[in-house]
Amino acid sequence: MTMQSESRDPLLSVRDLRTWFHTFSGVVKAVNDVSFDLAQGEIMGLVGESGGGKSVVGFSILGLIDPPGRIEGGQILLDGEDLAKASEDRLRKIRGREIAMIFQDPMTSLNPVHTIGRQMDEMLRLHTDMDEAARRKRCIEMLESVGISQAEDRLRAYPHQFSGGMRQRVVIAIAMLAHPRLIIADEPTTALDVTIQSQILKLMKRQVADHGASMILVTHDLAVVSEVVDKITVLYCGQVVERGDVRDVISAPSHPYTRGLIDSIPNPDHRQPRLSQIPGTVPDIRNLPKGCNFRDRCPRAQALCAQEEPKLSPTRQSLFAACHFPIGTGGDA
Amino acid sequence: MFAYTIKRLIQMVVVLWAVSVIVFLMMSFTGDPVFMVIPIDSSEAEIEQARRILGLDRSLTEQYFIFLGNLLQGDFGTSYVFRQPAIDLILERLPATLEIVVVAMVIATTIAIPLGVYAGANPGRPLSRLIMSGSLLGISLPGFWVGMMLIYFFAVEWRIFPSSGRGDTVEVFGVPTSLLTADGWSHVLLPAITLSVGTLAILLRITRAGMMEVSRQDYMKFARAKGVSRRGVLYGHGLRNGLIPVVTIFGLQLGDLIAFATITETIFGWPGMGKLLVDSIYRADRPVIVVYLMLVALIFVVINFLIDILYTMIDPRITVK
Repeated sequence: MTMQSESRDPLLSVRDLRTWFHTFSGVVKAVNDVSFDLAQGEIMGLVGESGGGKSVVGFSILGLIDPPGRIEGGQILLDGEDLAKASEDRLRKIRGREIAMIFQDPMTSLNPVHTIGRQMDEMLRLHTDMDEAARRKRCIEMLESVGISQAEDRLRAYPHQFSGGMRQRVVIAIAMLAHPRLIIADEPTTALDVTIQSQILKLMKRQVADHGASMILVTHDLAVVSEVVDKITVLYCGQVVERGDVRDVISAPSHPYTRGLIDSIPNPDHRQPRLSQIPGTVPDIRNLPKGCNFRDRCPRAQALCAQEEPKLSPTRQSLFAACHFPIGTGGDA
Repeated sequence: MFAYTIKRLIQMVVVLWAVSVIVFLMMSFTGDPVFMVIPIDSSEAEIEQARRILGLDRSLTEQYFIFLGNLLQGDFGTSYVFRQPAIDLILERLPATLEIVVVAMVIATTIAIPLGVYAGANPGRPLSRLIMSGSLLGISLPGFWVGMMLIYFFAVEWRIFPSSGRGDTVEVFGVPTSLLTADGWSHVLLPAITLSVGTLAILLRITRAGMMEVSRQDYMKFARAKGVSRRGVLYGHGLRNGLIPVVTIFGLQLGDLIAFATITETIFGWPGMGKLLVDSIYRADRPVIVVYLMLVALIFVVINFLIDILYTMIDPRITVK
């Protein structure tokens, strides 16, 4: 299998990851043979529709897949260590310390009965041997660096005393506290006001850069991703359908699904009479058809698409796509 | 907080007044207490005289206002049967009841919470199913049967514990307690276990329901993503969030056990106030019943007040107004 060339050794290398859910109505292959690399300092967007398996990738990396879900195969190499085979004890030391996670809804990801200070302090107590005064000092600095004023007083406040945007700042502060090398942000701005979204994204980008960390930004919103990420991996039905550098993916994607996602973004420069959309819905993931999973919704589908599953292969520039008839290879509209 | 306390105090007075009226009315339907206190072959004149002494010759309304007037002067009435102040009769039995109730609640809570947390966090496991079936059994078994079984095995067959009565007591600040002597404990355990069974089962089920609800919350997963251990997530982050309904039921059960430990006290010959209530009802000893039920109402109001305060300590989003 051809792999995207990397100039640096990857910090994270996910190889043929399979995370399946064994439900009563069948096996849901939420993540099926997903591979990607992430270099130190790199930000990757993991994009796809709801139910496409994006979040499951994030939780798999942290070993937080609960039954009936299970990692069935593949490797999750963090600096060469396979997290898919790591013990729960080892994973617990990695969570928060090496890999931190930012959740979708800041209204619910903070514990309502504990103060902000206690929830921040917990991270440092778990992963450092700083004394209480040093931990407190670090928490205050961290809160200030995510733009929360009067940080000292705020440590005593409870989550419900903050607005949504402020809470997400607190969550980011908690995630960055132990200087993790990888941040997994699962739809970090979806639950926020539009006016706040861009602020939070810029804050995350700056924090990640300041700490020299890498980030996986899980989102369904390509517009959000394009402002922040270096490269994009597009998932459809639990599989990678396209990946490449952000500029190439956004300007001229080669997979029809990516094209559809980009065309669904409202564009104020070109007023369209109607916003275009991808016809149809995601197929039942418990019962996927033979061949390409996207063919029923695809304007370019031909007979071959129903027979053979397309493999991820290079198309143009930095792009790899899993498509028999990628855009820009002749004969397209 | 101050306004809240005043409000609750006013509420308490209203509740106590309502209880006194209801008990007075009810007792007037349940027979003439005179016949309970005089010899069966008394003459008409003797009956009349007894009636006058007890104040039963006046109308019910008059009797009630005399009672209310005395109450305001700190006189809670005198038992028809014992010829002693009703309140003294009750208060001298209160410590014995509190003793077994406190031990029962400690037993119930220390067992119910860990089992409930386990069953709530691991709903599918066989052990959880066993715990839940056990709790159903605990709810369905009548207290008197549990008490009798305990007596049969521990007192009769194995002779580990005595079957009835209260053991040696020691006075602490003028209140007798059997919790400081070995003999006292050997008498306390069986009735306390009997009392605890139902409460244990209910608290366990409530804890489990709370934990199941809480387990789905994002902050539990966020805590795990921070690297908190599974145990730390359950007890440090989960339990407190699921505790509000547990504390509510705890308060109700506590009041219920203090007020109506009657059956258990009867089985174990425990000299508590529950037994006094039953005896007083048989003898139509209205002054004792009225004061008893007013005291019970007072206990419930006070417990609920404390529970409300506890809510605000558990969950910072709750404030008392």
